[in-house]
Amino acid sequence: MASDALLFYTFAVVTVIGAMLVVSQKNPVYSVLSLILSFFGLAGLYVLLEAPFVAVVQIIIYAGAIMVLFLFVVMLLNVPREDAAEWDRSHPLYRPTAVRLGGTLAVLLALELGWALSRTSGLAAGVGENRPAVSSVAELGKVLFTDYMFAFEVTSILIIASMVGAVVLARKRED
Amino acid sequence: MPLGHYLVLSGLLFAIGTAGVFLRKNLITMLLSVEIMLNAVNLSFVAFGRQWGTVDGQIITFFVMTVAAAEAAVGLALVIGLFRHRESLNPEAFTTLKW
Repeated sequence: MASDALLFYTFAVVTVIGAMLVVSQKNPVYSVLSLILSFFGLAGLYVLLEAPFVAVVQIIIYAGAIMVLFLFVVMLLNVPREDAAEWDRSHPLYRPTAVRLGGTLAVLLALELGWALSRTSGLAAGVGENRPAVSSVAELGKVLFTDYMFAFEVTSILIIASMVGAVVLARKRED
Repeated sequence: MPLGHYLVLSGLLFAIGTAGVFLRKNLITMLLSVEIMLNAVNLSFVAFGRQWGTVDGQIITFFVMTVAAAEAAVGLALVIGLFRHRESLNPEAFTTLKW
């Protein structure tokens, strides 16, 4: 049990530090790389929650595919020089109005979530300690292709739509 | 580990993502912050699924990941299109609706 807590805190710290680096880095390339770090921490948490397939998908799809897409775009646009452009000379986190408004909203959100959690009962018991974990991929697939069949099919339409949309939006205009 | 710990972590990540969306002035970093928020929600889905011993939390997580992939593709296509017009990623450069 003790090693479980140690692993949880390690992964949690990695995840939170990665997420904070994403927000505080000036160079978008470093932001993307920190987010990948954060995703590895999250994958560890999924393993602790006995959802190994989600952990693997998190690494392969998120860290592998989506983040590489981001990295491609960042490097394609060559944005590091952009931060020093005319729009934005100061460090993005040190502008007073933005810090006041955005920071207040984020702190308010965190406080509110903490307040809601402090008034919820039954959170102190171990997560799912008297229920068996469902972690087999076979079980997952069975539910996905029976109960969630409609959502699954609609997802394919979503992907077609976003693919066509991405091609149309990023195309060079000839007019 | 208690469920509460996972929920606190999820809330913390969500707040960091919100702060990123509001504080940063770079479209790419804002999209990345949205990804952080989606992942915070994913974490709480999986934690609740484990709590109740059902598989639904993990299934919803897959759908959220699909939506995140679609969002990243369309969002980045928009960013490329905008960058081509203004040579900038600052959202304040895109305040006019037509040019």
